[in-house]
Amino acid sequence: MKKSTITAGLMALALGTAAQAEDVLRIATEGAYPPFNNVTADGELVGFDVEIAKALCAEMKRECEIVAQDWDGIIPGLVNDKYDAIVASMSITEERQQAIDFTDPYYSNYLSVVAASDTEITQDTLKDASIGAQRSTIGSQWAEDTYGSRADIRLYDTNPAAFSDLKAGRVDTVVVDFLPGAAWVGENDGFGFVGDRIDIEDKIGIGIRKGEADLAAALNAALAAIRANGTYEAISVEYFGVDIF
Amino acid sequence: MYQEFKYLISDSVCAGLSPLSGDLFGKACPRFIDGFLVTIELLVLACGIGFFLAIGLTLARMSGRRPLAWPATALVYVFRGTPLLVQLWIIYFGFGSLGEDILGPILWSFFKNPWLVGLLVLTLNTSAYVSEIFRGGLANVDRGQLEAALSIGMPWLRAMRRIMLPQAIRIAWPAYGNELVLMMKGSALISTITVLDLMGQTRTVFARNFDLTTYLYAAILYLVLAGLITAFVNTIERRMQLSAGR
Amino acid sequence: METLHTLLGPLSFGQGGWGDDLLKGAFLTLQLALCAMTAGLVLGLLLAGAKLSSSRLLRWPASGYTLFVRGVPEFLILLIVFFGSDRLLNWTATSLGLEAGYEVPKFLAAVIGLSLIFAAYACEIFRGAYLAVPTGQIEAGAAIGLTRRQVFLRIRFPQLWRFAIPGLGNLWMVVLKDTSLAAVIALNELLRIAKLGGETEIRPLLFFTAAGVIYLIMTSVSDIGRASLEARARRGVAEV
Repeated sequence: MKKSTITAGLMALALGTAAQAEDVLRIATEGAYPPFNNVTADGELVGFDVEIAKALCAEMKRECEIVAQDWDGIIPGLVNDKYDAIVASMSITEERQQAIDFTDPYYSNYLSVVAASDTEITQDTLKDASIGAQRSTIGSQWAEDTYGSRADIRLYDTNPAAFSDLKAGRVDTVVVDFLPGAAWVGENDGFGFVGDRIDIEDKIGIGIRKGEADLAAALNAALAAIRANGTYEAISVEYFGVDIF
Repeated sequence: MYQEFKYLISDSVCAGLSPLSGDLFGKACPRFIDGFLVTIELLVLACGIGFFLAIGLTLARMSGRRPLAWPATALVYVFRGTPLLVQLWIIYFGFGSLGEDILGPILWSFFKNPWLVGLLVLTLNTSAYVSEIFRGGLANVDRGQLEAALSIGMPWLRAMRRIMLPQAIRIAWPAYGNELVLMMKGSALISTITVLDLMGQTRTVFARNFDLTTYLYAAILYLVLAGLITAFVNTIERRMQLSAGR
Repeated sequence: METLHTLLGPLSFGQGGWGDDLLKGAFLTLQLALCAMTAGLVLGLLLAGAKLSSSRLLRWPASGYTLFVRGVPEFLILLIVFFGSDRLLNWTATSLGLEAGYEVPKFLAAVIGLSLIFAAYACEIFRGAYLAVPTGQIEAGAAIGLTRRQVFLRIRFPQLWRFAIPGLGNLWMVVLKDTSLAAVIALNELLRIAKLGGETEIRPLLFFTAAGVIYLIMTSVSDIGRASLEARARRGVAEV
């Protein structure tokens, strides 16, 4: 994690860089959302999103460059043409669709509520508990929309920060996407899910700038192709043991 | 009860503003005003407690007794020498990560609450700066007065409290007013420890609409607050001049 | 010794340790502060000139600007610059008929944001210093037949620094501390490295305290430098 972010910081010292040549497809991911996208100690971006992005590029026979971008600035960066696509487990929402376009979905997402295993909180009493979530995620927006802006919702810059407060006991629950939630629960004894996963009919898509119909068509065709030839399923099984499409 | 009262205020304010406000502000209005009230609440408490703490710190530093002077000097030095954001993160994320097992139930009930941690750090921070301001004020008060008071048998503490400090505060008042505005600006940082003050609410609104005017609305509210603080400081200053002239 | 190692191990230098990374972060912090201070001084001088000018067209915008910056949180201004600069740059590019796709690097955005803030404070310091030159000296200059320009260049300007140095020394300390805000826009300065290290090693208290100590060292050294600069500025001036 650290080496890459430091190099990225130093590289940012260079003055404004213009858009790269047309043939390289620049893809942004967050790099702080295991197991979908994170950075290894060697500074390499890995995870389900990254593998899917690479598979799509191979299918389209285009050279790709994958960069890490903090979540808060990931949509503004796309709009400002810092990169051409976001493959970062981003939910397709109406609000986001006002700013950017999405491809067809590449997997289905569910929400989950994580808490200490011995908690008495249920999904019905969640409104009285403190709810942690990463700022500007589908989880925090679901909590705000369900319980209102005046519930005890604590917003963090990253998911690990929210989980760290959950572990310390400073927040009662964390609302997080189901699969990363399951990964964290698997690594931390004494924590589990509150109730079943929550289906909010959430589909994850690739974000692209508005009006880029050619790119959308190319990505959708590539997605259909890796679905059909088994590449997608192989990646999904490698990470989750099941096909999460 | 109190919480509901605050909500009632912001709902009425927003209802009152609704014919005037645009689409974006209208939708986010209760959030802005909720946050605005949290900011005011924290500022009033932090600056109120900080004022008296600063007097205590100043007296301790000037008392000439090492067990009192050294800790006070160290506290002022550390809080003035490091960024507020670092102080907030050391205490919230740093000490907070120790958890209930190490901190014990009483301390933990405090560290558990981001609002209280924010209040603590803001209070300590402002008292360090204000103590330095008061010390500067004291340096400009004629020391002969203190010596005169001591020579007629007045205890040192009372001489400081009744004679030296009131004059020092009057001299330092404009600088103190500046510090209040700086504190208001610094308070925006508590949004990084999950407190939904005006800045926290603003960032939450921006995270959903990516509309830069969100920040401009917040800027206007902060400017209103700066105006209120300046008006307060000026009123007190006029009163002090009046009573000094009598 | 062993307990000391487990206690401070993550801060060691080299492979697996964060000591070198923290120092790199501190170096970036210093760079950021120096750039922001330099740009802020230049801007502040221009602003002070505008505020002292006889033209309302210059005076009013400058006053409005300093009022705005001094009443709005630094954090908010930094976010506005961070998110707004890219948009402004690309909007300008497209209106000029160029292709969009430019980005303002985070370091530059942070320098712009911080220097816009400090310019407002530097402006007030310069203005105060300008007005602090005794009017007797100005009148004396005029009496011996110096032009207004000469009065400015020979009498006011050389003394500006003398009167401004205590305020500017203070401002430098504020700049140094406020660079930490850049951590929130994900620039890898000292505090952000400490945050990354603390999250990776799950030792936030250790890492944030280490960052705090480094800031304290930087401000302490600056304080010594400031004191000697102030002493120099007072050289040859009779104490009143």
